Amino acid sequence: MAITVRNVNKRFGDFVALDDVSLDVPAGSLTALLGPSGSGKSTLLRVIAGLEKADQGDVFIGGAEATKLPPQRRDIGFVFQHYAAFKHMTVAKNVAFGLEIRKRRKDEVKRRVAELLDLVQLDGFGDRYPSQLSGGQRQRMALARALAVEPEVLLLDEPFGALDAKVRSELRAWLRRLHDEMHVTTVFVTHDQEEAMEVSDTIVLMDHGRIVQEGRPQDLYDHPETEFVMRFMGQVNRIGDVYVRPHDVEIRLEPNGTTEAAVVERVLHMGHHIRVDLTVNGGDPVSAQLTRDEAERLGLEPGRPVFVRPAKARTFAGEPEAEAVS
Amino acid sequence: MTTVALPRRRASGAALPSVAPGVAITYLSVVVLLPLSALLWESHKGGLDAFWQAVTAPDAVAALKLTLGAALLVALINAVFGTLIAWVLVRDSFIGKGLANSLIDLPFALPTVVAGLTLLTLYGPNSPIGLNITYTRKAVVLALMFETLPFVIRSVQPVLLELDREMEEAAASLGARGHVIFRRVVLPNLLPAILSGMALAFARAVGEYGSVVMLSGNVPFATEVASVHIYSQIQSDYVTGATAMSVVLLSISLVVLLSISALHRWSSKHDR
Amino acid sequence: MIVRYGLRLVALTYLALLLIIPVGMIVAHTFSGGLAPVWTALTDPDAIKALGLTLKIAIIVVPLNTLFGITMALVMVRREFRGKALLSALIDLPFAVSPVIVGFTLILVYGMNGWFGEFFINQGYPIIFSTPGMVLATMFASLPFVCREVIPVLREIGTEQEQAAATLGARAHQTFRRITLPAIRWGIVYGVVLTTARAIGEYGAVAVVSGNVIGQTQTLTLRVSQEYQNFDHIAAYTAALELAVIALVTLFLMNLFHPRKDH
Repeated sequence: MAITVRNVNKRFGDFVALDDVSLDVPAGSLTALLGPSGSGKSTLLRVIAGLEKADQGDVFIGGAEATKLPPQRRDIGFVFQHYAAFKHMTVAKNVAFGLEIRKRRKDEVKRRVAELLDLVQLDGFGDRYPSQLSGGQRQRMALARALAVEPEVLLLDEPFGALDAKVRSELRAWLRRLHDEMHVTTVFVTHDQEEAMEVSDTIVLMDHGRIVQEGRPQDLYDHPETEFVMRFMGQVNRIGDVYVRPHDVEIRLEPNGTTEAAVVERVLHMGHHIRVDLTVNGGDPVSAQLTRDEAERLGLEPGRPVFVRPAKARTFAGEPEAEAVS
Repeated sequence: MTTVALPRRRASGAALPSVAPGVAITYLSVVVLLPLSALLWESHKGGLDAFWQAVTAPDAVAALKLTLGAALLVALINAVFGTLIAWVLVRDSFIGKGLANSLIDLPFALPTVVAGLTLLTLYGPNSPIGLNITYTRKAVVLALMFETLPFVIRSVQPVLLELDREMEEAAASLGARGHVIFRRVVLPNLLPAILSGMALAFARAVGEYGSVVMLSGNVPFATEVASVHIYSQIQSDYVTGATAMSVVLLSISLVVLLSISALHRWSSKHDR
Repeated sequence: MIVRYGLRLVALTYLALLLIIPVGMIVAHTFSGGLAPVWTALTDPDAIKALGLTLKIAIIVVPLNTLFGITMALVMVRREFRGKALLSALIDLPFAVSPVIVGFTLILVYGMNGWFGEFFINQGYPIIFSTPGMVLATMFASLPFVCREVIPVLREIGTEQEQAAATLGARAHQTFRRITLPAIRWGIVYGVVLTTARAIGEYGAVAVVSGNVIGQTQTLTLRVSQEYQNFDHIAAYTAALELAVIALVTLFLMNLFHPRKDH
């Protein structure tokens, strides 16, 4: 089911959380609401869920007006950052909750719970309590619980935020696979642009209550519309008005007419790439990212004078995009 | 006293003069332990027979029955109204809520005899609404309701404040309506606090004297509670009778206090 | 929502009928005959003596129980030893004992036929039927408050600050005075408020122990019940009002110093 949000406004006292936000989420897609804290992304998600009421504007789910409906009637599944597990119930009872509310038959509930626990790889954990589970397991339980009632829309609020890095990356991959199997319209909130790029079809980048740019991950990364977008989506070097990504900084040992002079300050081995910190023209600090082969070939070391040019650069505020010809 | 051994070694950091703990223990012994031992000694002195006779005397049994029955009733009333009031104080907001919240502690601050007198103004012989319940068992229950008011409320409030609202939101997102959310998600998490408050209310009600004595008329076999029975036994110099009933009441309080500790241990099982 | 207003109505009605209206009526009843009878009752020599005795008992009991409470809290939180649970139960015992039983056990110890009764009577310092007995009864009844309020505060501040002070060269008593005491002071204050309220308001235990000799061993609380029994309602209500005012001041202070609040 598609989601449509039209001209939604929301304030908390003096703080403007959502400023005339409109959005179309296609049915069956996997969309990330991305942005820094305070950007309004969680608020938007909760307005879609009905956990917050917009001051103005409308929400449509599957074509039907949902603005006035409480969360109970919106046919959504919601997953919270801190799991919101019913700590007084077993894992099985947690997952069964939505079905029991709908008065489904006992055998059907049992079957479905078993199915879901299997899906989230928690089979055998049914009789445990949430307090006996790890963070990652609790979140998988929360997901199973949300999916149990076969919602039309799945909403996740920073679902992996409370987990450590390794579990996070496992669950990200897992969410993507799940979506590929089930094709439920899914919207999730994150502040981590890597996560958004890894998991979603579409990224909606927000800042200060507004949607700044919407599109595929590569569109936001390669064709950012504002400086904010470029900075948020990845590392950026700024030289005067020109913005360059570290991996677009070309280092040469000889000048060629389009290069600037620079001095190598530091060479850092970051594992899968090499980072080279330089000072350009005696002033601007620049960070370049090279592959190990490239770095080896150039034989860089601190103090070495070199020459740099941007292989690809951007300027903003009305200036045409400057593309270097290599 | 002999099982408490004060250690030689000290935790690093602050300490009082080394004689202080010894003085404090002596103080505790003189003020609490000594009188308590006298009671236990007295209860053994007459032998089991005399004790049993005093405890099973018809007026003693009547007093005990009334006391326990009223205390239980009041514990249940508090379980319902206390939880309700705690809910309103935590989740609702209205003018005067802060004042109402502070007033809840009034029974803790007001002397019991004054509480009795206050209730008499509204529910006694000169009641402006014509409701005179003095000399009835209802008066006993009313006095106990006043004195035990804060227990369940103050027990439930902090739990309600700490309760993860997201659990309720999750239940809503799964389709549960308000009363279902309360019954299946909120109440189970409040239950230990409610029970704990009930136990404290019960223990308090069992020993209550000042407010009840003003209100109930203290008629033996009708409106005389256990504490008043003890008082009249003392006045008549029936030491055995007073001792027996005292030991019974003390034992009941002890059992209740132990169950509260057990309750705390059981309820923190699922926390993490 | 209807549910919300309904719950609010039930809660407020319950509180009004049980708490608020009766207390308001005490004020009304006291002044039902005007200001003059109240003034007479307040300045009655027996009434003043009762207030004096009440305060005298409190001034003895509160500081002693405070010192006890702070000491015991330090022992319970900062030391390890066997029998801690027993000690804790002993300290909490007064909460579980009916006031009448408190008075009774004191009679068993210090009464005429009691363990030490004869000894004290022969020395000319009878305990029962006199002020010392009432002091002991009030001590028993108000014992746990300071200790119970200081213990959680002491636990929460932990030992790190004290250890830091030690590494900087502070001796134990210096650490206590400069680091620990300031950290627990609001717990102490709150405990003192509760102890004082209890000491002033104690009834059952002193009723048993005092023998109720008017003018001699009558506290304010005893005066309330006695004057009511003697049908001197104004005197009873006036004494009750005095106590109610003290209780309301106590409530106010409790609210001010409650451990929930950050100071």
